[in-house]
Amino acid sequence: MLKYILKRLGYILIALYLIVTATFFLMQLAPGSPFASERDFPPQIEAQLNAKYGLDNPWYIQYKDYLIDTVTFDFGESMKYKGRSTNDMITESFPISLTLGIEAMLLSVGFGILLGVIAALYHNKFPDYLASTIAVLGISVPSFILAGLMQYFIAFKLDLLPVSGWKGFQYSILPAFAIAITHMGFIAKLTRSSMLEQSSSDYVKMARAKGLGKWTTVFKHTLRNALLPVVTYLGPLTAGVVTGSFIIEQIFAIPGLGKHFVTSITNRDYTVIMGTTVFYSIILLFAVLIVDILYSVIDPRIKLKGAKK
Amino acid sequence: MKKNKFLLLSLLLALSAVLAACNFGGTEEKDSSSSDNGTGAKELNLVIASEPPSLHPQLATDSTSNAILQNVFEGLTTVKDGEIVNAAADDVKISEDLLTYTFTLKDAKWSNGDAVTAEDFAYAWKFALDPANASEYASILYPIKGAQAFNLGEGTEEDLGIKVIDEKTLEVTLENPTPYFLELTAFKTYYPIHKATAEANETWYAEAGDTYITNGPFTLADWQHSGSITLEKNDSYWDAENVALDKVNISMVENEATASTMFDAGEIDFLGAPFQTVGLDVIDRYKEEGILNIADYSGIYLYKFNTTGEFTSNANIRKALTLAIDRQGLIDNVLKGEQTPALGMVPEAVPGFEEDRGYFKDNDIEEAKAALEAGMKELGISDPSEISIGLSINTSEAHSAIAQFIQEGWHSNLGIEVTIDNSEWQVYLDKLTNLDYDVARMGWIGDYNDAYTFLEQYDSADNGNNDTGWENPKYAELLKQSTTETDADARIDLMKQAEAITMTEFPVAPIYYYTNLSVKKDYVENMQTDATGNIYLKYVDINK
Repeated sequence: MLKYILKRLGYILIALYLIVTATFFLMQLAPGSPFASERDFPPQIEAQLNAKYGLDNPWYIQYKDYLIDTVTFDFGESMKYKGRSTNDMITESFPISLTLGIEAMLLSVGFGILLGVIAALYHNKFPDYLASTIAVLGISVPSFILAGLMQYFIAFKLDLLPVSGWKGFQYSILPAFAIAITHMGFIAKLTRSSMLEQSSSDYVKMARAKGLGKWTTVFKHTLRNALLPVVTYLGPLTAGVVTGSFIIEQIFAIPGLGKHFVTSITNRDYTVIMGTTVFYSIILLFAVLIVDILYSVIDPRIKLKGAKK
Repeated sequence: MKKNKFLLLSLLLALSAVLAACNFGGTEEKDSSSSDNGTGAKELNLVIASEPPSLHPQLATDSTSNAILQNVFEGLTTVKDGEIVNAAADDVKISEDLLTYTFTLKDAKWSNGDAVTAEDFAYAWKFALDPANASEYASILYPIKGAQAFNLGEGTEEDLGIKVIDEKTLEVTLENPTPYFLELTAFKTYYPIHKATAEANETWYAEAGDTYITNGPFTLADWQHSGSITLEKNDSYWDAENVALDKVNISMVENEATASTMFDAGEIDFLGAPFQTVGLDVIDRYKEEGILNIADYSGIYLYKFNTTGEFTSNANIRKALTLAIDRQGLIDNVLKGEQTPALGMVPEAVPGFEEDRGYFKDNDIEEAKAALEAGMKELGISDPSEISIGLSINTSEAHSAIAQFIQEGWHSNLGIEVTIDNSEWQVYLDKLTNLDYDVARMGWIGDYNDAYTFLEQYDSADNGNNDTGWENPKYAELLKQSTTETDADARIDLMKQAEAITMTEFPVAPIYYYTNLSVKKDYVENMQTDATGNIYLKYVDINK
C-alpha cells in the first residue's frame, strides 16, 4: 500500500510538472497583455510594469521563475489587483468555495443515492418514473437557469432566503442546491443502473431468500457494490465542486475561488492563472488518488498494484 | 459494524469541524438593522460590479475603484452639483498667466488624527509620477511643469512644478495654462496619501484597517476581498457635521440581473453607475414604474476607422459609413436608455457643447450614397458589393446587438458587405493598437468634463489612444493653440474648429452620447451620478 501511494505521488509530481509547463506555454502563446488598457500609457511605464513582474526577461528565464514559484508555492503579486498576492487570494476565497462545495456534495450524494435506490427498487413503476424524471431534469436544466429561477421565486417572491451574498448559513442554501442538482441527477442515474445490475445477481437473491427485507438487503449488500461507479465519479466531482463554480458564484455574488479561474484568464493575470491552475491540479490529482485508495476499502476484490509484498 | 460506525462518526466530526472553521469565509454576520442603537443610524446599501482592482489613489485606473476612493479620500477641490468647489484647499490663488496655482490647505485631519499637509499632496503626486511606481494614470498629472519629462525618465524630481512652501501651502506651476486644472485636482490621481504610513508599508492600500488612512468623509472600515466593503463616517473629517450617512455597506455583485433583483427585494437602495448598472432587460419595467432616472453623461460611443485600411483609407467611404447609421433607431430599439444621437465628437454634457454643431444629419442616406459614389470612383470600384468591411467588437452582448443593427443598415442602405468579428478585451486592445481592423467600437468617458479629453487623443497618429492612424497638422495646431489660450470662450471656439475637421475627414463615426441610468428608493436623497460618472456619498441622505 505505502509503495503504491509513493508511486502515485511520483506520478502526481510528473503530472504537475507537465501541467505547469503546458499552462506556461499556453499563456505565452495567448495574445493580449495583462497591462493592456483602454487608456493608453507611455511605453516607458509599460516597460516599468513588465520589469516589475519579470515579463521583460526571455521566456526561459520566466519559465525558470515560474517553476521556482511553483515549487516554493509563492506565485507573487497579482497583476490586476494591485498589492494583492496570489496566495492571499487563494487562501481567502478557497474556504468559501470549500464550504459551499461540501454542502453541495452532501446534498448531491445524499439525494442522488436516495433517488437512485428508490428508482431501482421500484423499477418500471411510478416512483422510478418520478425519480428518473427528476434526475433527467436535474442533469438537463443548466445551473444558471435554476439559480436564476430559485433566486426569483424563493428569494424575491417568497422572501424566504437572501438573494445573494455570503454572510451566513442561509446565504449558502440556494447556491448549494443550484450546484448540487446537476450532480444529484447524475449520481441518481449511476446508482439506479448499477443497482439494477446488482439486484439480479445471485448474492442478492440469496439474501432475499434468507428472508432479509428489501431495504435491509439494499443497505447491507447491494448498495455497497452498486456504489463503485459513484465513487469513481466522486473524485473529479469533489475537485470540481470544492474549487467553486464561476457561474454560481457570479449569480449569487459569492467571493469564492471559482471566479478567479475564469477572470484571471480574461485579465491575462499570469500569476493568478498559474496559482489557481496549480492549486486546482493538486486538488484534482489528490482527489483521484484518494478515490483509488477508497476502492480497496469498499471492494476487497480490487487489489492496488504494488500493494502486495 | 462497530468500526464502521466509528468511521462514520469521525467523518461527521471532521466535516463539521471543517464547516465550523470556515465560518463562511470569516465573514461575521453583523446585525445591520438600525433599530438597535436607538438614534437610528443612517445606513446606505449599495453594490459594485467587482472587486476594486486597486484602492491606491495613484495606482487605480478604473471606475469601480474610483467609486470607493472618491468617498474615502478628498482632493484639493471636489465637485458639488456640477460645480468645482474647494475641498482640502481653503483658498486657491491663480497667477494672471494661469500658470501658477497657490493652494492654502484647510485645517483638515487624516482619519488617524494627523494633520493633512501640503507634503502629503506633494508626496502622492510625486509617487504617481515616479516611473518606478509605474502608475498607469500618471499622464493626468502632465499639465504640471516637468511632470511628463520626469514620468518618462527624462527629467528629475527637482524640476517638477510642485513646491511645498510650508505645512499648509502648496505651490503648483503648470506647463501650459490649463483652464480645467481645478477640475483635475478633484480627480483621484490628485488625492493626497498619508506619507508616513505609505513610506512605512508599501502595501498599505491592500487591506482595510490601521494602515488605510484617509482624509475623506468616510473611512474604509472593512474590506472582504471579492465580497464586500464597508465605509463608515470619518469623525475626524473637517466637514463631518455635514455628512449624513453613518455607514455604507457595499457588496460586490457581478451579475446585473442579481443586482436588480436585490434592488426589487429592497436589499439595496440605489442602482446605477458606478454602483452596478441598470440592466437592459429591466429598463422598460423601471420606466413604467416611473422610477428610472436618466442623466447626461460625459461619454461617447463611437466606431473608429482604420485610416490605413483597404477601403476605410478613403475619406468618402468613411463619410458614407458615418452618415448611414440610424442612430435614433438604434437608441429606440436596441439601447433604450434615452441616449442622444452623437453628431459630433464632444458630448452634450460638456460645457460649451450643449448645442448640436450641425456637422451632419442622423441617418442621412441620400448624402451617404453620394459619398459612397464619390469614394468608389476614387477607389476605382463600380459595384458597392465589392466593398467588404470587417466590424470588430470586443465580446459582449450589448456591443454585438449594436454592431448587428449597424451592419444591417450599412448592408441594406449602401449595399456593402460587413462581417462582424469579436475578440476578448485584452486581445481586442492589441488589435486596435496594431491597426489590425477596419471598423472598431470604442467608448470614451471624460476623466474631466472638458472637450479637450475627447479631442486630444487624435492629435497625432502616434498618440496611444488614437488607434485610427489618422492625423491632420491643422487639427494638431488648433488643439495646441487651445492649450495656451487663456480666454475661455476663444478656447472653446478653437476646439470647435478642431472638431469640425474631424467631422469632414471622419477618422471616427460618432454613434451616441452616453446617459446614466439609475434607480433609487424614494427615501434616498441627493444621490445622483454627475456628468463624469461620480457619486459623492458625502451629500447623500436617507429619510426613512
